[in-house]
Amino acid sequence: MVEWFERHLPKMVLAPSFVAIMVFVYGFIGWTAWVSLTRSRLLPKYEIEGFFQYGRLFDTPRWDTAMNNLFIFGLLFIGISMLLGLLIAILLDQKIRTEGVLRTIYLYPMALSLIVTGTAWKWILNPGLGVESVVRGWGFESFKFDWLVNPDLAIYTVVIAGVWQASGFVMALFLAGLRSVDEEIIKAAQVDGIPTTRIYSAIIIPSMAPIFLSAFIVLAHLAIKSFDLVIALTGGGPGYATDLPATYMYAMAFSRGDIGQAASSAMIMMMVVFAIVVPYLYSELRAKND
Amino acid sequence: MTDLSTPHRSGTAMQTALRWLLYLILCLFALYYLMPLFVMLTTSLKSLEEIRTGSLVALPREITFEAWKTAWSGACTGIQCEGLRPYFWNSILLAIPAVLISTLIGALNGYVVAQWRFKGSNLFFSLLLFGCFIPFQVVLLPMARMLGMMGLAGTIPGLIFVHVIYGIGFTTLFFRNYYVTVPNELVKAAKVDGAGFFRIFWSIFLPLSLPIIVVTVIWQFTQIWNDFLFGVSFSQAGTQPVTVALNNIVNSTTGVKEYNVDMAAAIIAALPTLLVYVVAGKYFIRGLTAGSVKG
Repeated sequence: MVEWFERHLPKMVLAPSFVAIMVFVYGFIGWTAWVSLTRSRLLPKYEIEGFFQYGRLFDTPRWDTAMNNLFIFGLLFIGISMLLGLLIAILLDQKIRTEGVLRTIYLYPMALSLIVTGTAWKWILNPGLGVESVVRGWGFESFKFDWLVNPDLAIYTVVIAGVWQASGFVMALFLAGLRSVDEEIIKAAQVDGIPTTRIYSAIIIPSMAPIFLSAFIVLAHLAIKSFDLVIALTGGGPGYATDLPATYMYAMAFSRGDIGQAASSAMIMMMVVFAIVVPYLYSELRAKND
Repeated sequence: MTDLSTPHRSGTAMQTALRWLLYLILCLFALYYLMPLFVMLTTSLKSLEEIRTGSLVALPREITFEAWKTAWSGACTGIQCEGLRPYFWNSILLAIPAVLISTLIGALNGYVVAQWRFKGSNLFFSLLLFGCFIPFQVVLLPMARMLGMMGLAGTIPGLIFVHVIYGIGFTTLFFRNYYVTVPNELVKAAKVDGAGFFRIFWSIFLPLSLPIIVVTVIWQFTQIWNDFLFGVSFSQAGTQPVTVALNNIVNSTTGVKEYNVDMAAAIIAALPTLLVYVVAGKYFIRGLTAGSVKG
C-alpha cells in the first residue's frame, strides 16, 4: 500500500494542476468557443446557431477599427522596440564603464504597471499643459502636438508609451545575445581587417536569429494582450478611435452586456495569438525533446 | 563583446571623439527613459496653481507634499474618497498569498516534470506551456461565472484563486528549467538510500533552489501587483487592487483635474515593484529573459 502510494505520488502531485489547467484553461476556451456560436446576449444561451456572432462582429465598424489599430500598433510597437532595443544593446556592448547603471535605467519601465505608464504619458502628452505647451514656451508658438485627442493620430500615442515601456526589455534580450556570440570568430574577423559594421551585419546579427524570434514573440504577445495601456492612456477614445480587440472584448463583456460578441471577439484574439505562438512553441518543444 | 575601437583604427583623437559621442548618445537614451519618472515626481510635488502656470519640465518652485497626502488618503475613486490606501492594502493582501501559493505549486510541479517523469508528464508540461500564452480575454466570461458559482465573485480570495491558476504555468516553467539541470542520478542514489519523493525534494532540491525561488517570487509579484485585467473584471467597489483604483482616480470625471494627485498616486502604485527592481534587479531580469526565451 505504502509502496503503491510512493510510486504514484508524482502523479498525485501533478493531478490538481492538471485538473485546473484542463478546466480553467482548456475547458474555459471550449466554453467561450461554444458561446461564440450562439445567440447569447445578456445571458449565455447554449443552442448552437452557427457563425452568426462572427458575422455580426465583422460587420461592426468598431471591430474594424480595433483590428486596424491592432495592426498599426502591433507593427510599429514591435518594429520600433526591436530597432531601438538592438541599437541600444550594440551601443552598450562597447565596453561602457557605466553599463550597469545605464542598463538599470533603460530597463526600469518594465517593472511598472501599464496603468502607471499610461497615466504618466497621458499627462506628458496632454495638449494643454504637456509637451505641446513646453515647446510653445520655447518660442515655437504655432507648435501643435495634440495626438492624444486627435482620432486619427491617438493610436500613435499608444505606440509611444508602449515602446518606452518595452524597448529596454528588448535591449536586455539582445545584449544577452551579443554576449553569447563566439568571441573567437569576431577576433578572427578583426584580424582579417573586416570593418566593424560588416562584422555586425554579417556575423553578429545573423547569429542572433533565435533572439529576434523570441523578442518578436514576446512583443507580439504583449501587443495583442494590450489592454491596460489603452485604458489608462486614452480609454479607447476619442470615441473608439484607439480601441483594440482587447478593449472591444471587455466593453462587450462588462459594459454592453453582449456576451456573444465578447466571446467571438475573444476567440479571434486567441486565434491571432495562436497563429503566432503555436509554431514557435512547437519548434521549441520539439527541440527540447530531441 | 565587440569593440568599435579596434586596433586597426588609426588616429586616437578620432577614437576619443567617437567614445564621447557614444557616451553622449547613451546618456540621451537614459534621459529619454528617465523623463517620465522625472515629470511624474516633479508634478507630484507642485501645487495645482504652479502646474497651470509653469512648465511641465520645470523643477517645483515650492515643494509641497499635499498631493501625496491626498493621493494616499483622500483622492476619489468614484464615489468613495479614501485615496489609494485601502486599495494598496488590498493589493498586498492579494499578492502575498497568490505569490506564495503559485510558487509552491510551481516548485512541486517543476520537480516532478524535471525529475520524476512518467508517461504523460511531458504532455502535461506542453499543455501547461500553451496555457501560458492564451490571451486571458478568452477565459474572462466563464471565470466570472465560475467565481459567482463558488461564491467568490468580487472578493479578494477570488482574485487570489485566479492569479494562482493562471500563474502556475510560468512558475512550473521556471522550476522545471532549473531542476532539469540537476543530474537524475542524484534522485536515483537518494532512492537507493531509502529517501522518498518529499524527502528528496526537501533535503536535496529545496536547498539548491534559492536563486530560482527568488526569480519566481519576483516575477509573480510583479505580474500580480501590476495586473489590471483580472482586477478590473473580478473585483467590486471595496476589493479593487491598487492598479484599478489608480485608474479610477485618474479617470474620475468629477471636479477639477488634479494632475499632481494623479502623479503622486501613480508613483505610489509603482513603488513596490520599483523597489523590488532596484533591490533585486538581477533576478528580475533573469525572470524576464527566462520567461520569454525559454517559454
